[in-house]
Amino acid sequence: MAKRAAPEVNAGSMADIAFLLLIFFLVTTTIETDSGINRKLPPMEESEEDVVIKQRNIFTVLLNGKDQLLVEDELMELKDLRAAAIEFLDNNGDGSCDYCKGKKDKSSSDNPDKAIISLKNERETTYKTYIAVQNELVAAYNELRNARALAQHGKSFAEMQADYKDVNWPGNKERLKAKIDQIKTDYPQKLSEVQ
Amino acid sequence: MSKFKKKKSGDMPAVNTASLPDIVFMLLFFFMVATVMRQNTLKIENNLPFADQVEKLDKKDLVMYIYAGKPSANYVQYGKEARIQLNDDFASVRDVAAFVAAERASKREELIPFLTTALKVDSDANMGLIGDIKQELRKVNALKINYTTKKGSVLGRD
Repeated sequence: MAKRAAPEVNAGSMADIAFLLLIFFLVTTTIETDSGINRKLPPMEESEEDVVIKQRNIFTVLLNGKDQLLVEDELMELKDLRAAAIEFLDNNGDGSCDYCKGKKDKSSSDNPDKAIISLKNERETTYKTYIAVQNELVAAYNELRNARALAQHGKSFAEMQADYKDVNWPGNKERLKAKIDQIKTDYPQKLSEVQ
Repeated sequence: MSKFKKKKSGDMPAVNTASLPDIVFMLLFFFMVATVMRQNTLKIENNLPFADQVEKLDKKDLVMYIYAGKPSANYVQYGKEARIQLNDDFASVRDVAAFVAAERASKREELIPFLTTALKVDSDANMGLIGDIKQELRKVNALKINYTTKKGSVLGRD
């Protein structure tokens, strides 16, 4: 028998089928946002004894119902908050912190370990502003930690943390963990929220 | 002469659409890989705020989601104030504790301390509601929380 060329299959509807599937996936799925600012809430039980904290070691940030920012009893723009927080945390008033680059102002915080940022908001504050403020305060801590890590280990704190999470990182993880913890204790994140 | 005429006559050739399915399949595979199935049908507006100091939530199975925001256009009968949504329905602040208990019951016991609560809150919601949720979470000792945000600059977008 003579060979005959196979007739061409009409693939015109393949595009339609693919579109159908595509549109199905477009409507039933979402691109998940899975990143955010991690925080830890204070436990419920109140400690009996009142801890006395000197006023100069507290950096008060107040957000009112009109989304205005009051920092240490002065109005402030959001863009200045990060710098102000860094200046407060890194102040080193009692001279006990040998890596701080602060101004050693006696009327501001003693050292990063004692410095506490206190954040207070009202019920009418919008969530957007609250997150923006939280973000700036976390950024202040992160910037100080990054600078400290760069000075000590030649790598930023964020990179060190990324290395620690990376499964393929070739270095010694235990030593890296110790370094990360050391930087965390150098600049502990003391951010308290007033209810 | 007739030779030239012959060329002009005849229909326009059909455009070859054979590569169209390939292009659509490419898009399809992109969406299949980059997205996940919707877990909850949102009855609220959920326009997350922006932040740039974000950390990734890596263990997806250890996260419980609490949504809050203004009821969306189809649910205007529920008012204009921001509300909480747990699973597929509106809830009140009192239901948060039960929700956490149910989520905990569905996980293995040794994993319970690692559970994180992700707050997916609309950027226009008031802090009063969030404060109430946080207070409830403290009562049931679910202390690890995550304010889920989109990645982006805070200052430029206000």
